[in-house]
Amino acid sequence: MINLTVDGIEVKLPEGSTVMQACESVNAEIPIFCFHERLSIAGNCRMCLVEIAGSPKPIASCAFPIAEGMEVITTSKKVKDAREGVMEFLLINHPLDCPICDQGGECDLQDQALYYGRGMSRYSEDKRAVDDKPFGPLIKTAMTRCIHCTRCVRFMDEVAGVHELGAIGRGEDMEIISVAESGLGGELSGNIIDLCPVGALTSAPYAFTARPWELKHTNSIDVLDAIGSSIRIDSKDEKVMRILPRLNEEVNEEWLGDKSRFACDGLANQRLDSPYRKNSKGKLEKCNWDEAFDTIFKKITKFKNNEIAALAIGNSCIESMVTLKDLMSGLNVSNLDSRSELSSLPIKASERCGWLFNPKISGIEKFDSLTIIGSNPRYEAPILESRIRKAWLNSDMSIGRIGGDCMLSYPLIELGSKTSIFDDLLNNSHSYNKVLEASSRPGFIIGEGVINRKDGYGIIGKIRKIAEKYNAFNEEWNGLGFLHTSAGTVGALEVGFVPGNKGKNTTEIINSAHKGKIKFVWLLNTDDCDLDAFSNSFIVYQGHHGDKAAEIADVILPGRAYTEKEATYVNTEGRVQRTQQAVQSPGDSKEDWKIVRAFSSILGKPLPYNNISELRNRIEKINPYLTVENYVINGCLSNIGDPDLKISNHDINPLDINYYMTCPISRFSETMAKCSMQSKKNGKKN
Amino acid sequence: MIKNKDIIFQDIHGYKGNSIEESLSRGDWDNTKQFILKDSEWIIDQVTKSELRGRGGAGFPTGLKWSFMPKTAKENNHYIVINADESEPGTCKDREILRNEPHKLIEGTLLAGKAIRANVGFIYIRGEFVNEAKILEKAINQAYERGYLGDNACGSGYAFHLHLHRGAGAYICGEETGLLESLEGKKGLPRLKPPFPANAGLYGKPTTVSNVETVAVVPTILRRGADWFSSIGRKNNTGTKLFCITGHVKYPCVIEEEMGIPLKVLIEKYAGGVSGGWDNLLAVIPGGSSTPLIPKMVCDSVLMDFDSLAEEGSGLGTAGVIVMNKSTDIIKAIWRISKFYSHESCGQCTPCREGTGWIMRTMEKLISGNTKIQDIDLLKNVCDQVEGHTICALGDAAAWPVQGLIRHFRPILEHRIKSFNKTEKK
Repeated sequence: MINLTVDGIEVKLPEGSTVMQACESVNAEIPIFCFHERLSIAGNCRMCLVEIAGSPKPIASCAFPIAEGMEVITTSKKVKDAREGVMEFLLINHPLDCPICDQGGECDLQDQALYYGRGMSRYSEDKRAVDDKPFGPLIKTAMTRCIHCTRCVRFMDEVAGVHELGAIGRGEDMEIISVAESGLGGELSGNIIDLCPVGALTSAPYAFTARPWELKHTNSIDVLDAIGSSIRIDSKDEKVMRILPRLNEEVNEEWLGDKSRFACDGLANQRLDSPYRKNSKGKLEKCNWDEAFDTIFKKITKFKNNEIAALAIGNSCIESMVTLKDLMSGLNVSNLDSRSELSSLPIKASERCGWLFNPKISGIEKFDSLTIIGSNPRYEAPILESRIRKAWLNSDMSIGRIGGDCMLSYPLIELGSKTSIFDDLLNNSHSYNKVLEASSRPGFIIGEGVINRKDGYGIIGKIRKIAEKYNAFNEEWNGLGFLHTSAGTVGALEVGFVPGNKGKNTTEIINSAHKGKIKFVWLLNTDDCDLDAFSNSFIVYQGHHGDKAAEIADVILPGRAYTEKEATYVNTEGRVQRTQQAVQSPGDSKEDWKIVRAFSSILGKPLPYNNISELRNRIEKINPYLTVENYVINGCLSNIGDPDLKISNHDINPLDINYYMTCPISRFSETMAKCSMQSKKNGKKN
Repeated sequence: MIKNKDIIFQDIHGYKGNSIEESLSRGDWDNTKQFILKDSEWIIDQVTKSELRGRGGAGFPTGLKWSFMPKTAKENNHYIVINADESEPGTCKDREILRNEPHKLIEGTLLAGKAIRANVGFIYIRGEFVNEAKILEKAINQAYERGYLGDNACGSGYAFHLHLHRGAGAYICGEETGLLESLEGKKGLPRLKPPFPANAGLYGKPTTVSNVETVAVVPTILRRGADWFSSIGRKNNTGTKLFCITGHVKYPCVIEEEMGIPLKVLIEKYAGGVSGGWDNLLAVIPGGSSTPLIPKMVCDSVLMDFDSLAEEGSGLGTAGVIVMNKSTDIIKAIWRISKFYSHESCGQCTPCREGTGWIMRTMEKLISGNTKIQDIDLLKNVCDQVEGHTICALGDAAAWPVQGLIRHFRPILEHRIKSFNKTEKK
């Protein structure tokens, strides 16, 4: 520990701390622009200058290490002058266009100019003008405003791992540019908007739509991937204007994927704002809730219980799934499933380590080796990808990959995509065995490329065997991480939205439907299964967007999107989180669980809960932790998979997804369509 | 006055040639092995005793700087880097060494490398020095051929390899950490200090960066003894030094003299005097463009060494003496320097990036006088705001000449403004 004083107050800090940390520890305020605690130290804005007794020059506190007996002064005239000087220099070439700048109201430069700047300008020369740069459809640039803090460059280099930004030119002519002419690559580029301390980089879709003081902030979570990033929904006049990340060290730190951030304009397009039913000509027409329920009632009572099925996920919340499950069990229907076709996920709660990301997202930093199997974290969960990159940067972790050829932001040991590798690893006959042997905390990321296979159960069994062999599957360390792509997957499995006794799973339901044996199907937010199978069935679609399934549905029940309801989700690591209602839902749409509950009354079998707290009591009975916000469900060890199952020699390939269009919300987002076109232009593998 | 026998760079004017044979005849590579076989401490001790101060401009004691290097070194873990990126306007001493005495530099690099326990050295040469780089490359090859460099340098068993790296033409790459960045293949942006290069330098390894002249005099110091070197010059400002005299003199030249020689003697004896006579002298920039100018009154008596010039509010810098007689438009001259620094600022940190341009533009207005008297104070204030607030010393270097101008020639500035306003009114 090192003793020093800051403005006369004694401070004790560990060796290697910076002067800025010492100042922060006694709440001595230090203005900053270029410093960011998650990026490397650049020390170039010079705003954080403080005085050290005995030193003739002021020092940059963000970069200067503390020393024994140091006397730091932050309130002297020298410091004040230095700050005023730097502030003046920053402002001389910064345009005075705050009234037309989107950063206005949340601008570091604006705020600090007020506190640390001079009251007037002494600069009478012409100001510099800089050409704007093409940063793609997400980021609007006004480079004349740039103060060259290089936060964006450092973020893209260090966190995103996309080396496309840099500075060219010298002195006053220095400019931030991108090497890619068609826009920035990567799935995290939106974060540089938050990082930019001025209005040089602003959100293009949000441009000129609102001022920060007009916005209502709602803390919520994201459901466009299975990570469940913490977000803040900014809304104005019952419209979601933008989505920003919220600090959550355990999940997303303070980053957010581009889809989660920018797909919010999809919430206003193609919404289901009223119930629909097919008229006699087979055309969907608006109706009221009573008529819709009446139509369903007439049909559902006609069929036997084994002719009825219900499918869920997408971004279904657990409230809606529990109510639908209860409704179906009231009808003695056991044909329920939330898993995709061919899914090898277990269904018993005792085997939940077979669906959870057991090492936890923050646990990635503990890995000393990582094997990615049948997954592409870059597109499936960019936040996870940045976590892996962070872990790789901070350690000498080696990362192997089985299946897939997409460029990731760290070097990979390519292990091919043959399924024979698992036997090789079990027999110690592969060079990669050495890597696993050398690591004490190996991690495995198992993606949908393994889960959604006919023989996935066998592969998962073999991976478990390999993990057991290398001490990665025991009480102390469980390194098997299942990475899902839908926000609803883990929640559905936790509440048991799976085939009941003698019930059919998704594959069987679809096969039976093809044969005409499933005559009624209730689709809860399910757009991504083989919908053609149900062409002869009666389809009830419950969801919020008029997507694929709504087109073929016989009755549409308009539900709510995640920004419009308070709903519980479980992310891929088993973290129970809740969204909050930020805006009203459009038209006549209702909260999903209430729709099902209302229909149960029509059926004459009312479900035993009338409000959300009664429903939560019911959920508590399934798993008491599902109502505890931020609780992380732990999977106990069990023998998941079947290592002896014969596995085919089909190559392992991660899910082929278009990152920008994975769910109804993103599919109807104009911004995401632009990004999708851009990424196609750039070539997906870049 | 220097005695003939004390001259280190005997062929600085290139009368005899830079071939290895000629160099050997001047005493280079003469039993270098004996110094390598002595331990590092001995070399550093000799250099410390000689009171040699860095010739690159800052005048930091060389022995002390070398002693900062960690005392234990793994193989190929330390680097010696020679700063041959001489770009300071008015300075051309290193160029002459590279042209005419390359073997002194190479031998010095080997010994400096031994002193700091480095097995690898780099010479970072200014890109514009095309011919000099060719000469140096040839000299390095010759040294390898003769076994002076290599796995068994001079037959001592000590491995030392030397690489030549050409810069691409940026003044800022002469700053020691900017140079290291550039050498690593990155943009030449100076690094934050601490950590200093002695702890984390080239590729993060302990590194010493030394000026060409500093290193080139080391073999002679070791041969003739630290006492010999420290007996030349004044206390704390010892030894001989290459002075570059340019500007309004009869014979611009590079000349070796002892430290502390009076400026007047230097100009009159070697450069043939100020054109128009000593009384026609207006001011002198004594140490390369970044040092503040000194007016004639000071020039009359000032001694050319670090401490004397510092007392006069200037500095010895690189000893690039720029002489300006009364035909000079002193404001325009300093504006040209400001323009240079504005052009060469790397753009990394705020005060220098924005301040150098502001200084340059204000100076531009002062040339014609099309401004207000208050702008002189504004200019001084802007300079003060740049000075000492930047990552590297380029900000200081940009501020000093202007501060010197205002300190010594404020009446001229005011007169220029007043006369402009008078003619405008008519």
